[in-house]
Amino acid sequence: MKGWSRRAVMALPIAAIPGLAKAEEESFEAAERAILAGRTPIASGIVIDMPLLSENGNSVEFALSVASPMTAEDHITTIHILAEKNPQARIARFNISQRAGRAEIATRIRASTTQTILVLAETSRGQVHRAGQEVIVILGACVDGG
Amino acid sequence: MSTITARITMPDTARRGEVIAIRVIARHDMEREIDAPGLTRMPRRILHTFRVTYAGEEVFRMALSTGIAANPYIAFTTVAIETGEFVFEWQEDGGAVYRREARLIVT
Repeated sequence: MKGWSRRAVMALPIAAIPGLAKAEEESFEAAERAILAGRTPIASGIVIDMPLLSENGNSVEFALSVASPMTAEDHITTIHILAEKNPQARIARFNISQRAGRAEIATRIRASTTQTILVLAETSRGQVHRAGQEVIVILGACVDGG
Repeated sequence: MSTITARITMPDTARRGEVIAIRVIARHDMEREIDAPGLTRMPRRILHTFRVTYAGEEVFRMALSTGIAANPYIAFTTVAIETGEFVFEWQEDGGAVYRREARLIVT
């Protein structure tokens, strides 16, 4: 029960922000600044597996792994995926714990145009790992009237 | 509770301490808000949250956006601790909640 109550407390601020609705008007730079919160990111530890070129921005395979011992003392807590040029900078946020065993996640993202996709991974010790990769998008996942 | 078409791929059994991979794909359009001249206005309707509990404890949570592709695919890992139920829960704009369950036997 101890573990459960701690987890319930950790989940509170997330529950206060339903989905990512609040981030809708947030720029890419502002989103990254907000996550870093003044911390200097470590430019290592993250491996991104994403095609260099995507025919269709509506579905881009995206996998990431973060080097971490994933112990109770030192593990990845939160992973963010940000898009430099999408209408919404924050693509996804993952909350994990040492219970994950490994910090490995995969999903499929939308990319409106050729741009850099950024990953920020926060550790239980308060560090942030940072890595980005460019994806060239032939047909973007854009909605417009033209 | 509404139903959702979803495919959950994970082992039925695992050894204690083993890291297991779980892959989940749900059928959903993940509709972006459309509000542009000449187009029919549509409100946003996406699955905004995906959470997984294992034997009652949350082990994975994802906040999704319109930047996630339709039919969201999510792969992650968890350590097999004890025999128990996995509950997969998707929360949709508008308040709908979809749930699926799976059982893992730990030896």
